[in-house]
Amino acid sequence: MKSLGSIRRDFAPWNDPNAKPYIQFDKVIKKFGDFTAVNNLSLTIFEREFFALLGASGCGKSTLLRMLAGFEEPTAGRILLDGQDLRGIPPYKRPVNMMFQSYALFPHMTVEKNIAFGLKQEGMPAPDIEKRVAEMLRLVKLEQFAKRKPHQLSGGQRQRVALARSVAKRPKVLLLDEPLGALDKKLREETQFELMDLQQELGLTFVVVTHDQEEAMTMADRIAIMDKGEVMQVATPAEIYEAPTSRFVAHFVGNVNMFEGKVAERAANTTRITGATGAQIVVENAAETANGADIVFAIRPEKIKVSSKKPADAVNALEGEVYDVAYLGDMTVYHIKLDDGQMVRASALNASRVTEDPLTWNDRAWVSFRPDAGVVLTR
Amino acid sequence: MNATWSRFNMTSIVLGFAFLYLPIMLLIVFSFNESKLVTVWGGFSTKWYVSLFHNQGLMDATWVTARVGVISATAATVLGTLAAITLTRYTRFRGRVLFSGMVFAPLVMPEVITGLSLLLLFVAVGLDRGFFTVTLAHTTFTMCFVAVVVQSRLVTFDRSLEEAAMDLGAPPVKTFFQITLPVILPAIISGWMLAFTLSLDDLVIASFTSGPGATTLPMKIYSQVRLGVTPEINAACTILIAVVAIGVIIASIANKRREVQRQRDEQAAQRG
Amino acid sequence: MTNIAAAASPSAETAALPTQLAKGFVDRLVIIIPYLWLLFFFLVPFIIVFKISLSQTAIAMPPYMPVLDFSDGISGYFAGFRELNFDNYTLLTQDALYFNAYVTSVIIAGISTILTLIVGYPIAYGMARAPATVRPILLMLVILPFWTSFLIRVYAWIGILKPEGLLNELLLSLHIVSDKLQILNTYNAIFIGIVYSYLPFMVLPLYSSLEKMDYLLIEAAKDLGCPPTSAFWKITFPLSLPGVIAGCLLVFIPAVGEFVIPDLLGGSQTLMIGRTLWNEFFNNRDWPVSSAVAVILLLVLIIPIMFFQQAQARAQEQGK
Repeated sequence: MKSLGSIRRDFAPWNDPNAKPYIQFDKVIKKFGDFTAVNNLSLTIFEREFFALLGASGCGKSTLLRMLAGFEEPTAGRILLDGQDLRGIPPYKRPVNMMFQSYALFPHMTVEKNIAFGLKQEGMPAPDIEKRVAEMLRLVKLEQFAKRKPHQLSGGQRQRVALARSVAKRPKVLLLDEPLGALDKKLREETQFELMDLQQELGLTFVVVTHDQEEAMTMADRIAIMDKGEVMQVATPAEIYEAPTSRFVAHFVGNVNMFEGKVAERAANTTRITGATGAQIVVENAAETANGADIVFAIRPEKIKVSSKKPADAVNALEGEVYDVAYLGDMTVYHIKLDDGQMVRASALNASRVTEDPLTWNDRAWVSFRPDAGVVLTR
Repeated sequence: MNATWSRFNMTSIVLGFAFLYLPIMLLIVFSFNESKLVTVWGGFSTKWYVSLFHNQGLMDATWVTARVGVISATAATVLGTLAAITLTRYTRFRGRVLFSGMVFAPLVMPEVITGLSLLLLFVAVGLDRGFFTVTLAHTTFTMCFVAVVVQSRLVTFDRSLEEAAMDLGAPPVKTFFQITLPVILPAIISGWMLAFTLSLDDLVIASFTSGPGATTLPMKIYSQVRLGVTPEINAACTILIAVVAIGVIIASIANKRREVQRQRDEQAAQRG
Repeated sequence: MTNIAAAASPSAETAALPTQLAKGFVDRLVIIIPYLWLLFFFLVPFIIVFKISLSQTAIAMPPYMPVLDFSDGISGYFAGFRELNFDNYTLLTQDALYFNAYVTSVIIAGISTILTLIVGYPIAYGMARAPATVRPILLMLVILPFWTSFLIRVYAWIGILKPEGLLNELLLSLHIVSDKLQILNTYNAIFIGIVYSYLPFMVLPLYSSLEKMDYLLIEAAKDLGCPPTSAFWKITFPLSLPGVIAGCLLVFIPAVGEFVIPDLLGGSQTLMIGRTLWNEFFNNRDWPVSSAVAVILLLVLIIPIMFFQQAQARAQEQGK
């Protein structure tokens, strides 16, 4: 069985036409004065989904989250949660909770009091609060820190308190604004998996805002790539990486080589493309392209093979010269300057300690790839 | 080169602080002078302090000053905090420029102008001058100082704390009292202390706005100073300095302790 | 947990409305209370001062006329209005005493401000370059005198400066001078008093702008071949300019209208406008003239005050 990416997914309500949407952004516009932060955006998130909003700073992803939390009201459009329009409901009456980028732990309260804060607001009886707080402390493994104040905790501990506080009320949706942004790299990787486990355990819907693509790829069921207040693509991490639908998305996630060209000939299964300088490549059929149409062929570096001789069975093989080589340990990255002047980036996994076909600067080299190794983009 | 620079820095600091503190030190020293002449040392004595406590006029003035100080500082703290919130949180409302002008201008306004204008207001509305009018006047000019102190704290206040509280279900007013107020409380307290001290020190505005039976301590001291320097006034001044200095020193030591404890905690937390 | 269905249902929505309104109401209250207070106790008094400056002295209580009130009905009110005139301002321009007092006050305040800057800058600079551990202590030592009574600090100088005072005793015993110096009751005493009393107002803004400055800039300048003195004038001083301006305004504006220092240290021979106002009011009981003096003083200071306010507003913006 073939699948995009290396993980088989059982949880995929977005592919089910009968699945009921849980959070819906319906033609939402948000303007701050003349600046349009969110531009006519529509988006659907499903129950129990781990959803990531990924984009550069200023793309509108945080605004989207803040509108869901109720700190901002949309200028136009609707936001629905479980079928109910959220307009006019203040943040303190919404069944969503947020984990803040700065954690926003109340400095004058102990860990315990911080976690209990939300429960007290809804008038939960004291014994129940105590029980719930103990449960939360256990969940984030901070039992012995209950009486400490936030400044007596390390960064990682503070992050866990913020998490415990935001899930203590069992919200329908947990919003996470750059939840791991303040942690160092090693702790961040550990915490990513902890967050995923927690989401599974509690069965909550998570919406996370991040600018870190690795973080989004690791944790999310689906990712929405945002740019200038608009959603560029919503898809699973594998689809985003292997089948981007636009140059922006292809460029935004990972490294990519782009071949500009025209459709020369469209056959039953394959399309022949003539590059700008005359090079011919054959690729698997892409969506709606007519003969003569301007297109871009996008291919990831690791899908390109580099060799000193032309591979005998290759459908696509182009010749050039080694311009740069970088040995990174687990893999080697080549920059090959093709004879038509285009630069190609290729990476090879160093699966064995000894290389049969070593290349160095200024060597003649061939790059080759399969027809299904990349995607044809029209925008 | 560096050594000479730092020697230059040290010298300027030492000379600067000598200039700041020597006059006050001399004043304190001569309050313990046996001789009635302020400039000739006649031996150690505390007799001026004793006579001070038998001076009924001075004692009454002290009592008036303390009450005016506490009441006006408290009122000024409430008003000044509200003004600080208005300045930092509401960036757009009609008359904002006028408002910020009215908050900042009194900080540098010559006291004779403030005093005269307030007196004329009290006369115009038919308020009898006395304890009440001095308190109103002090509230007005000290609230602006409180506003500046609290405002500088609010500017650095992390708004996400309030958002977090609301997100967890606390309505705005509750959020203010449970989160904002406790966090900015140290600034509010120092605002109160500043207002109290300013009220305690003020001569000019009090002279304009006070009436019979509401003579404040600075007014009393001033009327005696005009008659000449006496060890008894030195003694009164020394007590006043001591009260304020002890208050300020205790406050800053407590502050320093908290800060040190906090840093120690943070280092411990970082170690794990 | 809030139930969204309940929160969004029509009944809950109407229940949510009052809190929304209440929020707006509270917001408005927060603005209105200090606003009205300042309008009534700060702005309205100035209007009254202006009005009384147009009135005439009268032997009555209050000692001026017309007293604008409605005791004679509306027509009486307006009849009183017609009696207002600029006679007091004419007096101020004709009597050289007032003009001299204004000019002297501005000059004295200006000279004192420069002296305070000269005395304060090395202190602030030394503090900013001190080891980080002693800086808070030095800062507290600068602020501490500010907490002690202004009156007391001025009073302390009387005992030092008077002819048989401590300074003269010291100078005579060291044989630096052969005759007693007359310092008290001269303008020099006023300079000393202002520099001494306002020094913390100068040092604090200077310190905060000097402390923020990156010392690496000086090292970079030296590295590029700039000698230390020249590095100071080309790098340090320009960068501390906001502090210099703030400090000078904080000293200059109140010093122009200063009363206590000229009164206690300057003696009867010196002339400053704050004392003139005080004397007109308390000794001559001429409320209209002292009001006119106050109005002109305010006009003299209005430009520096607006400067100060703008600097404050800018500092506030940068703080954000």
